Amino acid sequence: MRTPISYFLLVSGTLFTIGTIGVLLRRNALIIFMSIELQLNAVNLALVAFSRQNGNLTGQVLTFFSMVVAAAEVVVGLAIIVSLYRKRRSVDVDDARMLKW
Amino acid sequence: MADWVAFWVIAPIAVVSAGAMVVSRNAVHAALLLIVNFFTLAVFFLILGSEFLFVVQIIVYAGAIMVLFLFVIMLLGVDREVGLGEQLKGQRVLASLLGVGLLAEVVAAVRLGVGLRRSALPDFRAVNQGGNVQALARVLFNHFFLPFEITSVLLIVAAIGAMLHGRRHVGDEETIDALPEAEEVAAK
Amino acid sequence: MRLTILVPLLPLAGAAILLLSGKRWRGSSAGWLATGLVAAGFVVTLILFFRLLGQPPQHRRYVAHFFDWIQVGTFRVALDLRDDPLSIVMALTVTGVGSLIHLYAIDYMHGDPRFTRFFAYMNLFVFFMLTLVLANNFLVLYLGWEGVGLCSYLLIGFWFDRPAAANAAKKAFITTRIGDSAFLIGIIAIWVHFGSLDFGKVFGAAPGLANGTATVLALLLFAGAVGKSAQLPLHVWLPDAMEGPTPVSALIHAATMVTAGVYLVVRTHRIFEASSSALTIVAVVGIVTAIYAGLCAIGQDDIKRMLAYSTISQLGFMFFGAGVRAYGAAIFLLVTHAFFKACLFLSAGAVMHGLPDEETDLLRMGGLSRLMRVTALAWVVSAAAMAGIPPLSGFFSKDQVISAASLAGREALWVAALAGALLTAVYMGRATFLAFFGESRHDGHPHDPPPAMRWVLVVLGAGAAVAGVLGLSAGGGALLRFLKPVVGPPAERVAGPPEAVLSLISVIAALAGIGLAAFVYLSGRFDWQAFRARFAGARQTLARGFYVNDVYAGAIVAPAKAGAAFLAYLVDDRVIDGAVNGVGGSFRRLAGVGRLLQAGLVRRYALAFAAGAVGILVYVAVRL
Repeated sequence: MRTPISYFLLVSGTLFTIGTIGVLLRRNALIIFMSIELQLNAVNLALVAFSRQNGNLTGQVLTFFSMVVAAAEVVVGLAIIVSLYRKRRSVDVDDARMLKW
Repeated sequence: MADWVAFWVIAPIAVVSAGAMVVSRNAVHAALLLIVNFFTLAVFFLILGSEFLFVVQIIVYAGAIMVLFLFVIMLLGVDREVGLGEQLKGQRVLASLLGVGLLAEVVAAVRLGVGLRRSALPDFRAVNQGGNVQALARVLFNHFFLPFEITSVLLIVAAIGAMLHGRRHVGDEETIDALPEAEEVAAK
Repeated sequence: MRLTILVPLLPLAGAAILLLSGKRWRGSSAGWLATGLVAAGFVVTLILFFRLLGQPPQHRRYVAHFFDWIQVGTFRVALDLRDDPLSIVMALTVTGVGSLIHLYAIDYMHGDPRFTRFFAYMNLFVFFMLTLVLANNFLVLYLGWEGVGLCSYLLIGFWFDRPAAANAAKKAFITTRIGDSAFLIGIIAIWVHFGSLDFGKVFGAAPGLANGTATVLALLLFAGAVGKSAQLPLHVWLPDAMEGPTPVSALIHAATMVTAGVYLVVRTHRIFEASSSALTIVAVVGIVTAIYAGLCAIGQDDIKRMLAYSTISQLGFMFFGAGVRAYGAAIFLLVTHAFFKACLFLSAGAVMHGLPDEETDLLRMGGLSRLMRVTALAWVVSAAAMAGIPPLSGFFSKDQVISAASLAGREALWVAALAGALLTAVYMGRATFLAFFGESRHDGHPHDPPPAMRWVLVVLGAGAAVAGVLGLSAGGGALLRFLKPVVGPPAERVAGPPEAVLSLISVIAALAGIGLAAFVYLSGRFDWQAFRARFAGARQTLARGFYVNDVYAGAIVAPAKAGAAFLAYLVDDRVIDGAVNGVGGSFRRLAGVGRLLQAGLVRRYALAFAAGAVGILVYVAVRL
């Protein structure tokens, strides 16, 4: 392979950063959630890249599990968002201030 | 050679689509952009020698998870324009700083670790003996059997949890007052 | 021997029972219980008295040890009670007159919502007073001393919703406190000097005291007496103490508590005698007070205040007697004074009761003798006794005190004492004629009080009349002979005219005073109302006690209040409260800043996560 592994890792890092910024700066709960998924995927990419570099399949197995867990997480997370919406008629995350002092 | 071309075509698409998703005002657009991003990642998996994950990524992530997202977006009707104005003071500045810092760190980490130059890679064909799926199965069901079973339990639990959360209760029509702006948005 | 403890314990039991179970006593039964217990104490005291009489004079002293009270290092004080002639005489007076006053109070305080509490306090007072007179060491005496001060406060301020009463109680307590503090210092000094507080030991060693030490000790003890017995300059509380119920005035401020100072001086006379000047100071203070108070009494229109000043004056006479070494005579005057002063107060109470609004102003009475025969008779007898008309008791007792001065060769003091006696006759005559004779200037229906109260007046009046038999002459009087083991024999005649002449002169002075009062107020030939108006300024001075109270208010009370206000508002409010609240406030501010972290905003929390993650990564990167 001609592309150095580090390039893949840099892409992964970039995607992760973009995802972080999305989590911090968006107010819509669904978009935040999608940014989190982006972060997870960035990490998956890094895992597979390392797997290629180390020459074994551990990274790929981990990625597999990561995907499964991400799927479960999305299911529950979306259920929560739906519940919140039903209560507050809004998915704006700043409105969920019930933890305020 | 092929991977070099593929990489340099796909990588910009990946980054741009991710960036566009984050700044998108329309939730449906954001979801679609994310699907594009997932496709690009799938191609990366392929380049890196994991055919199984290439397919699973498309089927599970792009095909199931994002569809679920779109269902919810449509269900709640929040696909309309949402303002990007920031109400929290200093959030933007701090978030930008953090982003820059994070990126710098990743670069530094990669440099310290793998090194930015090309290096010799082991022969992956030997690893993928009999095909990636068979090789993966060999590893998964021999070394990682317990996590596999636990993960299946996790899926069941998640399904039950989501079902409980989504139930309609008696007296569900009452709502807690959200902020006035949100009410305007919801009323529109 | 052990019987002695019963005497104070009986009223203490009464007080305890009434305080603890107050609500259960209906009607007047609390009053009967209290009276019964004090009367029982009187009976026990009589038994002790006869037991003493059964002994030859030199052996008339029992010390009953009850338990070791304080034992700290070398400081040992025991709860000991002493039966000797002096303490038994005092105890008889306290329980005897006390039980009569309790009986009177049952009807007088009838209908008061805190009836039971009143009698609890009265019994408590009797307990403390008995502890005081039966004590065998200074600390037990001081215990009783403080206790009667407390009960005086409680009883003066019994009707505490009246501001005047509450203030009077406060004033009494604070003023006597000044004396009490000096007394306490004196007790400490006695312990330092003698190593013991026991009467036997201290008085045995007293003659060996150096002059200076003895003077200091004596004056400290006398300061306590000045406060408690309302002598100049600490007399200001007694006229105000008349805000309390009349039985209280009779018991505490006439017959018993205020006489505690006289008792103290007589008891500790050996210390006074070891000093060359202490007794003279006592006598001078006594006679000056007597004359001062006599003048003030002439200017009083309020009947109870007049009696209060009269008490101050008579106490002055008692101290005067002690000061010229006529201790027996002083105690004799104390006993007879208890009778006639209590009778006067209780009669005044009956008068007030019968007039509208509890009238105490003499100018609004008049002609009461026709309407309240028994009361008037009791009053007149007691007043005459006080003025010193023979053959009533006051003549014998007061005459001996006055004559003692001349007999000791101190003619100047004798003349002053005669002047005091004259004043006594004048003010008593004035009050008698204004209240009981002449035309009536009042509205109400005065009448003799109910039987119980009437009976008490009769008994006290009779006592005032005949108690003189106890001390028919200085040398041969029964009381003085009885007291001899404790106080020494009465002084021999040193100089001056013989006793009979002195007595005659005293009687003439008394009659002159009464005659003057009769001329002015009774005969109608003197327009006293015009005289009063013309000399309004002088009358005001007398009425206000030569403005001593006002001087104190300006010179002492006002600066003290200002100082207290300074401490309360500046130091307490700003500094202390400020510091405490400041500490609390700074915590609140700190927490206020801290809680900004908990804004409930999820995105802030996310920011915190991210920042933390970046931080950790930096740390790891740097380490590697």
